[in-house]
Amino acid sequence: MINRRTLLAASAASLAAPSILRAQTVKKLSFYYPIAVGGPIPAIIDGYCKDFQAETGIEVTPVYAGNYGETLTKAVTAIKGGNGPQMAVLLAAEMHSLQDMDILVSLDEIGLDAAGKAWMAGFYPAFLANSRAEGKVWSVPFQRSTAVMYYNKAAFAEVGLDPEAFPKTWAQLQAAATKLTKRDASGRVTRWGIKMAGDTGNAQWTFGALANQVQHVLMNEAGTETYFNHPKAIEALRFWRGLASEAKAAPEGVSNWPQLSPDFLEGNAAIIQHTTGNLTNVRTNAKFPFGVAGLPGKDGPRTVVGGGNLYFFKSASQAERAAALQFARFVSQPGRAADWSIKTGYIATRPEAYETNALKDYVAGFPAADVARGFLPVAVGELSTFENQRVYTALTNNVQACLNGTKTPEAAMVDTQAEADRILKPYKKA
Amino acid sequence: MLKRETWQAWALILPAVILLVAFTHWPAITTVLDSLYTTPKGSRPPRFVGLENYAALWDDPVFWTALRNNAVYAFATIPASVILALLMALAVNTALPGRPLVRMAYFTPTMLPMIAVANIWLFFFTPDYGLFDRILAVFGGGRHNWLGDAATALPSMIAVAVWKEAGFFMIFYLAALQAMPPDLQEASNLEGASRVYFFRRVTLPLLMPTTLFVLVNAVINAFRLVDHVVVMTHGGPNNATTLLLYYIYEMGFRFWDTSMAATLTVVLLALLGTLAWLQFGVLGKRVHYR
Repeated sequence: MINRRTLLAASAASLAAPSILRAQTVKKLSFYYPIAVGGPIPAIIDGYCKDFQAETGIEVTPVYAGNYGETLTKAVTAIKGGNGPQMAVLLAAEMHSLQDMDILVSLDEIGLDAAGKAWMAGFYPAFLANSRAEGKVWSVPFQRSTAVMYYNKAAFAEVGLDPEAFPKTWAQLQAAATKLTKRDASGRVTRWGIKMAGDTGNAQWTFGALANQVQHVLMNEAGTETYFNHPKAIEALRFWRGLASEAKAAPEGVSNWPQLSPDFLEGNAAIIQHTTGNLTNVRTNAKFPFGVAGLPGKDGPRTVVGGGNLYFFKSASQAERAAALQFARFVSQPGRAADWSIKTGYIATRPEAYETNALKDYVAGFPAADVARGFLPVAVGELSTFENQRVYTALTNNVQACLNGTKTPEAAMVDTQAEADRILKPYKKA
Repeated sequence: MLKRETWQAWALILPAVILLVAFTHWPAITTVLDSLYTTPKGSRPPRFVGLENYAALWDDPVFWTALRNNAVYAFATIPASVILALLMALAVNTALPGRPLVRMAYFTPTMLPMIAVANIWLFFFTPDYGLFDRILAVFGGGRHNWLGDAATALPSMIAVAVWKEAGFFMIFYLAALQAMPPDLQEASNLEGASRVYFFRRVTLPLLMPTTLFVLVNAVINAFRLVDHVVVMTHGGPNNATTLLLYYIYEMGFRFWDTSMAATLTVVLLALLGTLAWLQFGVLGKRVHYR
């Protein structure tokens, strides 16, 4: 029986023990994750955590924290309050901002041995685009996606377009979208050719893809400079605006991201630009044959990646950091990465996952699931700078003003650049 | 040496004082202090800058947009919801078949959480096949991108707020109407006063204390109720629906610029304080309390 004295002695002993000793026997980790797509995500994550505990004895408590924005808010607030998680899945593009808050620890600092370095080299390069800064790696790709086009094959056939050949250039896309736009006798549009999201939180993603489609890079790797007032960026915005103002194939004003899937499923939009993560939802609910295609480009297909990476936090102890990295390697094993991709629609982050039988069989039975992977070689990273959300807001406001017809593409881009310059001024090294 | 009663009195109000200080006054004071420093960033500690944050706010076009939006929002929602509430209260105060049902129907929007309301209205506002566009289509109306068009986004937000609030204020008016002694009505009937005259000279003055209370609440709500903005527009398009409180949230929790958020909070506090002082000081004098 434990009496008071032994209890006191025991607690005194544990207090006296060097902190490093206690830290080495890490038993518990917590990590925050967001949900941005449909599907039973919590059950899948819980399963991975249980498997990890069975293998290593380390208990990982997953905390569902809302969408990407909310998860970021909660994780940062918790860390600032001194009771944060050891790791979290946050937007890949938030790297510079998180680094600026001085709450991240790089993988290099946690310690990557030769095997670890080989493991990092095994990810698709496009997914690592938003992980590198100052010569270090700051995050591990996890729930990654790219933008793809969902299109209504029945509508394509109806207007005499080949349902198996999705447009590959801007000119083709605009022509197809114009053809697909259907009006009733009174001139009221009953089906829009194309819809792309321009609402807050999504406008920068849509625009990032368009910029890459004219082969324009919007920022430097250090995240301290942006290039919005470049003629190519203006051209990208002009194309977006033109779909509504010239081609009349897209609605005036801003289309909202959450509305795109219902619009597509209702037959109100023939083409939508959305994430690969939406595939399972569309597959389940579409009452017509649909196709998935890579984004076109000015001259040929080009797209942008998106989604979340695993970040590790400075506030964790040495041992906790190591355990968190161990967890990251655990979930990126080929079998698990394949399982994650099949259950969610996200792209497996490593080529070797596509060598597993599970994913091979799945893709054979459902070729649409493999479309996005083919476009990874022409994908770039997301717009990512210091003060990321501020730059996003500056861009979003101006894009929305342009889509509403109150600013020309030129004015919108020049204003965005001026605003971004002002925001990023403290980060420019003289 | 303090008297025993004094000690007792202090002891009795101490719990309330502690709560008030801990959750109201202390945060308010630290907010004012924070607004005089820069935002701490990783390696850079906060630095005293005096009123520089306020100067920066003065030069911030989004702040002025938010202020203007909030003014429009307040001037539209307050009279609309109060008048609507009074009309609804008068309607359900008369003998009417199915009166409890009508009262409940009027009150339902108040019982729903704003987040749920916003999601319902998102469907109403959906372009092409949403409720409003379908109804308008019957009359030959075209397509409206209610929330995506800078011209209609703020009026849409106002409509949601009025719909949500009117039922709540109706309850107060209804209670006041019920508490009104029926002999007043009988006396005026004997005197041959018209219904309009009775309403203008008897009912309305007697409702003034309620109106003041409702107005104070309506003013506070016009600055406080932003949940639907978060759900429906995120302040877009191009800040057309950014209200002050939403801007504070964005500053504090999206941009992590805590100093600017504190500065904005101080401005909002000052604004609300002035409004409350005006209402109680000016309007309060003209209110007739029995």
